Amino acid sequence: MNLRRDVFQAIADPTRRAILLLVASQSLTAGAIAANFDTARPTVSKHLAILTECDLLEQEYNGREVYYHVNPKKMKELADFIEAFRKLWDDRFNKLESVMKKYKSKK
Amino acid sequence: MERKTKINAEDGKQELMITREFDLPLELLFKAYAEADIIEQWMGTKVLKLENKKHGSYRFETTDPKGNKYGFNGVIHEFSPNQKITRTFEFENTPFGVQLEVLEFEKLTDDTSKLTIHTIFESVAKRDQMLQMPFAQGINMAHNRLQEIVNKLK
Repeated sequence: MNLRRDVFQAIADPTRRAILLLVASQSLTAGAIAANFDTARPTVSKHLAILTECDLLEQEYNGREVYYHVNPKKMKELADFIEAFRKLWDDRFNKLESVMKKYKSKK
Repeated sequence: MERKTKINAEDGKQELMITREFDLPLELLFKAYAEADIIEQWMGTKVLKLENKKHGSYRFETTDPKGNKYGFNGVIHEFSPNQKITRTFEFENTPFGVQLEVLEFEKLTDDTSKLTIHTIFESVAKRDQMLQMPFAQGINMAHNRLQEIVNKLK
């Protein structure tokens, strides 16, 4: 069994994606992250372990507290962040194309 | 899958390149960016102001299904019909800052054309944040796609 999960598997889970979004703007402790979910604390810990294991999250030690923050480098490897952005523009441009094709035929 | 729209965002750079080839003559492609009523149709936004000239400005406003309004504005620095638009872009009330956008319009054949949008951000971090936004918004949509990828990996 391959314990080292890949990033796509890691973000296939909605709770893990929510965790990533939560820590995207600020570093948080496991407790502060868990407070945002109804899920049991050990479940959140398991999600954090998976995200850390595949380098999407990084731990930083501040005294006795462990803070989690996203690893922007690894995040960027997630082609899907860019893919969602690309899709948005692709849809927009498809619309432009169809609007202008109708415009042309009206003339 | 055909990828008509390409995004080029190099690691560690504060810029972004969007390119797209259109099945439209150059003049029609440019018109889609120049005329307010056409912009409204394809961008799904209200055009509150659009002055297509040097030192002119623009402001668009989009309303989401919940009724929240989002404003976008900028100043036009260059407006060369069928060639180029240079402008600033600001998504109001967001942390993305002001971006510089250079839009280049090219004729490929009589019936096809190409648009290149070069966007420069205030910082690498701001660019990356902007890139991640559609992911954050379309999380469910993205999830379905991710599930497909995950299934293929099995």
